[in-house]
Amino acid sequence: MSAPHLKIENLHVSIDDTEIIKDLNLEIKGGEVHAVMGPNGTGKSTLAAALMGHPRYEVTKGTVMFNGEDLLEMEVDERAKAGLFLAMQYPSEVSGVTNADFMRTAINAQRGEGNEIQLMKFIKKLDEKMNLLEMDESFSQRYLNEGFSGGEKKRNEILQMLMLEPQIAILDEIDSGLDIDALKVVSKGVNDMRGPEFGALIITHYQRLLNYIKPDKVHVMMQGTIVKSGGPELAERLEAEGYDWIKAELGIEDETVGQK
Amino acid sequence: MSAETIVYDEAYIREFSKHRQEPVWLLECRLRGLALMKELALPKPEKTNIENWNFHAFQHDVEPKGTSSLAALPEDVKSLIGKDSEAGNVIVQQNGAVVHQELSEDLKNKGVIFTDFLTAVKEHGDLVQKYFMTEAVQVDEHRLTAMHAALLNGGVFLYVPKNVEIEVPLQAIFWQDDAGAGLFNHVLIVADDNSSVTYVENYLSTNAGEPSVANIISEVYAGSNATIRYGAVDHMGETVTSYINRRGRIDHDGRIEWALGKMNDGNTVSENWTKCLGNGSTSEAKMVTIGRGEQRQNFMVRIDQIGQHSDGQIFAHGVMKDRATGIFNGIGKIYQGGKKSNAEQTSRILMLSDKARGDANPILLIDEDDVTAGHAASVGRVDDLQLYYLMSRGISRDEAERMIVRGFLDPVVRNLPIEGVKQALEGVIERKIQ
Ligand SMILES: Nc1ncnc2c1ncn2[C@@H]1O[C@H](COP(=O)(O)OP(=O)(O)O)[C@@H](O)[C@H]1O
Ligand SMILES: [Mg+2]
Repeated sequence: MSAPHLKIENLHVSIDDTEIIKDLNLEIKGGEVHAVMGPNGTGKSTLAAALMGHPRYEVTKGTVMFNGEDLLEMEVDERAKAGLFLAMQYPSEVSGVTNADFMRTAINAQRGEGNEIQLMKFIKKLDEKMNLLEMDESFSQRYLNEGFSGGEKKRNEILQMLMLEPQIAILDEIDSGLDIDALKVVSKGVNDMRGPEFGALIITHYQRLLNYIKPDKVHVMMQGTIVKSGGPELAERLEAEGYDWIKAELGIEDETVGQK
Repeated sequence: MSAETIVYDEAYIREFSKHRQEPVWLLECRLRGLALMKELALPKPEKTNIENWNFHAFQHDVEPKGTSSLAALPEDVKSLIGKDSEAGNVIVQQNGAVVHQELSEDLKNKGVIFTDFLTAVKEHGDLVQKYFMTEAVQVDEHRLTAMHAALLNGGVFLYVPKNVEIEVPLQAIFWQDDAGAGLFNHVLIVADDNSSVTYVENYLSTNAGEPSVANIISEVYAGSNATIRYGAVDHMGETVTSYINRRGRIDHDGRIEWALGKMNDGNTVSENWTKCLGNGSTSEAKMVTIGRGEQRQNFMVRIDQIGQHSDGQIFAHGVMKDRATGIFNGIGKIYQGGKKSNAEQTSRILMLSDKARGDANPILLIDEDDVTAGHAASVGRVDDLQLYYLMSRGISRDEAERMIVRGFLDPVVRNLPIEGVKQALEGVIERKIQ
């Protein structure tokens, strides 16, 4: 398997005919962890959703290449099978479908017909990953996200990532609503994946998470595009000083999308 | 149509009853039904016109096929029978005739009666006569109840004496395999005070092609502080028109739980009506269905709450495919005086095709102030965000949709106590949503 490579060029995304993302450029390679930071309403989740193929978002312009293939031409499930993963900010609940069933179906979809994972192997892997994330056994038999607390949903997203072993994972506000202990556990899960075969895009508006998952690059998003990039020191400065200095530097008054 | 419309006259009924050596009271009940079926109109289920449905073309008195052992049963039927801890208490009928019946010595010694209807009227006539079409269902309600009494040709009787709590499930399988054989099946369950029992039944037909009728009535009585868990899977073929009426009566602190998998392939009128008569009586009525092809179905689920502190929970989930029509009428009624009672209902219909029709009508009839009640109803398509979520993990759109549908129907599947019945229902669901 070659090292993963995601390349976004001049991306424009609309929802209900309102342009949210404009001219966004970003490149992620295997071994790299990128953080996208920015206040609420600046288009971070929109970027994540557009990359995964969310039905309500429309890419109006630009290209996204994933391992040399046109990501935007793929159906949502094909994107996943190609190795893309999105830990969602607000994952759906699906009643009557157990977590374990769901994950086994997902793994088998990825492996393809005739190459299904052995049940014992699956259970062993699931146990191992749930242990790592300090999740109670009962999780696997609960219905997918139904009645889960915010923190449980986040853990469940990370569990799925660990089970599916994607090449590029986008984590959308995986830290929000987590206490410090949970944050450490979730970070452990992500760090467990790090290596040349794995790249990540971590969306957050707190620097906190980045204490546990050290990013290689940090990008600041405002008005639906990346307005500043740097190394980990950028995140630290944002934590200390907030976003106002960037706005002043760039002459931005309102950082949310839809501004001129 | 090969099944000629037979004229059922008094001579025919007398002969049929005599041949079966039935007691006089049952013959009289049949004759009363015969007279009434000529006078009475068909029932009028809300929002479904059944005037042109086939309730008359069928064969009534088919030759027994003589299947006389479990081993000779086809796999579809055999696989339903409980194994290991679920085994030992089962009745299998083929076109109304007994193929096999067994009840454990332990339960016999405790005074439990579980036998085919004909044996029951002979051996436990007084008990059957007391409950058979006297209270929960009446002979003279409409043409189909009258026909039921006149033409009754199969069924079981289950009696659980006072204070007897049965851990293992009791099972009945009603199997139609003769093309055109009409089924007039009666299930009578009486659980005396402080008893508890789990009963599971399957209706299935393997007779393809001929038009036929299933006219099925269950009368279920829970005594005070008695609990009955009643599971059922109806799976009659495309050419069978079904009238299926399951009614319950609950004394104080008693409980009836229904888990009904309505998987018929033909036109169906289904009624499930429970009365919580006593104080503290409770009922939960869960049903799921899938409609497909040109199928038309009408479902009425109703709980009447007469006692104080009673609780009624109605839950209906339906999936409509192709050009199928499904009408869901949920009725929660609290009578005046039913203080501190609670009535809840949920009806949801998932539409998988533009040409299908689904209608959910939740009705609360509340004649008492000091109660709580609520309902939720919806008719809609598969949630695109759920689909997106499942697909984002690599699952194809079709498989994701099937998973959502399976999950939607799961509340009844998981409540069925016999593994073989559960798996068979899962199999039927799988075939229907493929
Ligand atoms: N249906 C919509 N029509 C117009 N604007 C929308 C719609 N949905 C979301 N938005 C806007 O898109 C912007 C970006 O949202 P989002 O990507 O969720 O931001 P973030 O994740 O950075 O908080 C928000 O300002 C929001 O108001
Ligand atoms: Mg967001």
